[in-house]
Parts: sequence; C-alpha cells; structure tokens
Amino acid sequence: MSYPHRIVITGVGLTAPNGSSLSEFRENLLNGVSGVRNFETRYMDPTHAGVCEFDVQRHQKKKDARRGTRAGQVGIYASREALLDAGLDIEQLDRSRIGVYLGITEHGNVETENEIFNISQFGYDTKYWSHHHNPRTVANNPAGEVTLNMGINGPHYTIGAACAAGNAGVIQGAQMLILDDVDIALAGGVSESIHTFGIFASFKSQGALAFHEDPTKASRPFDLDRNGIVVSEGGCVYVLERLERAKARGARIYGEVVGHGINSDASDYVLPNPVQQKACIELAMKRAGLTPQDIDLVSTHATSTPLGDVQECKALREVFADAPQVSINNTKSFIGHSMGAAGALELAGNLPSFEDKTVHHTINVDNLDPQCALDQLVTGEPRQVDRVDTILNVSSGMLGINSVLIIKRYEG
Amino acid sequence: MTREEIRAAVLDIISSIAPDEELDSLDGSKNIRDQLDLDSMDFLDIVMELRKRYKVEVPEEDYMELATLDSCANYLEPKMKETSA
Repeated sequence: MSYPHRIVITGVGLTAPNGSSLSEFRENLLNGVSGVRNFETRYMDPTHAGVCEFDVQRHQKKKDARRGTRAGQVGIYASREALLDAGLDIEQLDRSRIGVYLGITEHGNVETENEIFNISQFGYDTKYWSHHHNPRTVANNPAGEVTLNMGINGPHYTIGAACAAGNAGVIQGAQMLILDDVDIALAGGVSESIHTFGIFASFKSQGALAFHEDPTKASRPFDLDRNGIVVSEGGCVYVLERLERAKARGARIYGEVVGHGINSDASDYVLPNPVQQKACIELAMKRAGLTPQDIDLVSTHATSTPLGDVQECKALREVFADAPQVSINNTKSFIGHSMGAAGALELAGNLPSFEDKTVHHTINVDNLDPQCALDQLVTGEPRQVDRVDTILNVSSGMLGINSVLIIKRYEG
Repeated sequence: MTREEIRAAVLDIISSIAPDEELDSLDGSKNIRDQLDLDSMDFLDIVMELRKRYKVEVPEEDYMELATLDSCANYLEPKMKETSA
C-alpha cells in the first residue's frame, strides 16, 4: 500500500535545548552534548529542564512576542526557519494554500497559572485578570500565531495528542497534502511546558520527575538508575510538499514520508501498552510496504521513567527480534522530554543519518537495565553504519495514544 | 503626581506595551493610536496597567479621555493628584 501522492520533507526548522538549527542540534547529538540544566519554577523545589535559547526577535517584533505565548514564539521561529531552509520566500507563495499543523501535548496551562498568580497579588480580584487570557489559551493558539506572523490564510490548527503529538502533526500535514487541501504544510510540534509548574508538580506526585546531582545525567532512558522525566521546551516544524511540486522547483529533499500509524491503547491513563505500541509500528510498516528487516534506524520514545521504558522495549523486542541490521537510539537522553515537540525533534535529530550514515547514540546509559537490553541499542558513542535508508520514529502519550512515522531516504 | 509625572507614567506604560516603538517623537496633542501600532487590546493594557500600578479605574465610558497624552494628563490629574510618583 502506498499514498496516492508522494510526500517529502523539504525544510526543517527547530529549536531544541541543545541547538536552534538542525546543524547545531545534530552536531551536539553526535558530540554527546546534553541540553538539560538546573531549573527553578514557581512553588517547586529546584528541578531540571531543557531550555531553548533561540532568538525570538529574529522573526517576531517585541510587541507580538509579548502579546502571544511561548508556544507561539517557538512555533513562529521553527516555521520561519523551516521555510528559509526550504528556500521558500513567504512573499512569493500563495498563502491561501499553506496549512499549519502543530502538535501539542497541552496548551493554556502556562497562561492560566500566570493569571492566577497575577490576581493572587491583588487579593484574587478578577478585574486584574488579563484580557489576553482567551486568545493566549485557545487550543489553536500556537498555530494561529504562525499564521498571524506570516499572513498565512490557509488552514491552521493544533493537534492535541499528548506526547505523541509531534509525529501526529507531521502525519496531519502529510494527510492534508494527500487530500490536496494545501500545497505546503508547515507541520510538526511545539512545547512551552517548562513554563507551567503544574506539569513538573504532577510528574513529581506521580513519582515520574527526574532528579540527578548532575542535570545533564537526569534524562537517562534504559539506564537502571533512571528515575523519571526531564521536562523540556522546544519545537520542530517541517516543510512538507507533494513530490511533484518539490521536484518542479528543484527543492532539496530530506526524505519521504512513506508510512504512518496512530492508534489507541484503550487500557490506561498513563501506562503505555506494548501490545498497541507494537500494533502501531506494524501498521506504519504495513502502510509503507516495509518489514522489520527494511528498517535501519528506530528512534525510540523512551522518557526515562522506570516502567514506560520497559513497556516500549517489550514492543520493540517483539517487532525487531529478527532484525539485527536496525540501530535503536533515544534523543531524549540529550534533550529531555520536549512534549508536543518530542516526536518531531527526535526525527529531525536522526534525519541527517541518511547522508552521514551515522546513528547518534543514547547518552547516560551507564548501567543498562536488563529489561531494556535491546541488542540493537546504540549507546556510548555514535555508530557508523553501511546504510540508513529508513527511519522509524516512535512516540506515545498519555491516555494511550501511539504515533509512528516512517521516513525513507529519497533516491530521486 | 504632577501632570508631567502622569505623562511620564503613561509613557512608561506605553513603552512596555509597544516596546518596538520610538516614543520620543510622540505628539501629545494627537491620538496615540494614530501614531503607534496599537489596537484595542493594547489600549486595554493601558487601562489594566493604570489599575495595577496606580489603583486608578477608568470606566469604559471614559476610554476616549485616554486618546492623547494631553487628554490622559487632563483626565488622570484629579484622579492621581494624591498618588506618589
């Protein structure tokens, strides 16, 4: 089975805790550079987070940055950078044929918490509640800010899919191109989650918030001493186009979207379900017409929680038991969990493997958990391989949502 | 606060709302929104900041009194004469 239109990636824009361009991000992944640092947030004991350092004013006036949200800033930066990377000039495009599809884990908590804190300074008198609260907290806000920034008149919305949202955003964009709804999709995911104390406090109460004396070692998927998630902000947006359009304009093609899967566990609010994770991976491979032996690189979701990592490894062990050629890695070990951006960023961190035939490693696996001991796991240092023709990118999220994306090296 | 202090206070509020704008050349007798890139939501920020910083209430029917820097000073002077700068 294949898609009625071939969909390709022609631009990448991103901000991650360890890099605000694909080249910087990739270099830091290959050099083992973490983006996690100590972090303080309202009401909480000191914790860790992945913080992005992109230049907001590069694409946004100060007034607009103040008016909008952090997720909007991230979305605008990543979208603008993706268009630049694709060699597209927004002024020359039919802006009614561009769609913006951004995955989010959550949105609105940051602003709501800020406003409650704000009115607490005035005896909880609601006349001090900002008139900006509603436009900042509507669920389409990050994608809508992108359209406002660039004068895009095509569709925009966010895709709420917990931590499976980054992949889901890319899948949505590809689907809208297949339907000929748009000619260019700006698709991916964003996260502003480090600016809400609630996400840290909830993970802490759940026993799933990471802590380590050295913040760069706090996110340690598959390691025996892992003790939870490092929350991060970030964003990654792709320019997606139908192949014929990309070829006609001579675009650089990073890869082709050849398979996807989204399914639901229907089993638990928080605990991933390896049966359905496996089913989602198999669904994506079936759509792509690929078998486990055709997959060269698996980018895992593992978030560094004691139970979640084991569950995912169960699924991967079953699917890839007879696929020794595959390399399996994890990007969260470097950048923490960038929530709605995670899937999109993790894919981006691996895309250069098509060209450099190098698989970035998983850092902080000092003492591999036997329950996570996949034979194909790449740890310690990057691995040179003979070929990377297919990347399978796995994400899962709360309420039991899985998303899998398969990208193939474009051969012309 | 004196009229000049009130003008400075309003300008300080505007500078936080419109950080990209050059305010030195603002004509006090002309409509602020005609001179700066401010919309109605930005204007409401001026009202909110007067409330937060100086406990001054500007009812909706008086919003037109804040149209220019001069009219701001005229309107706010009696309300803020006891306010310390």
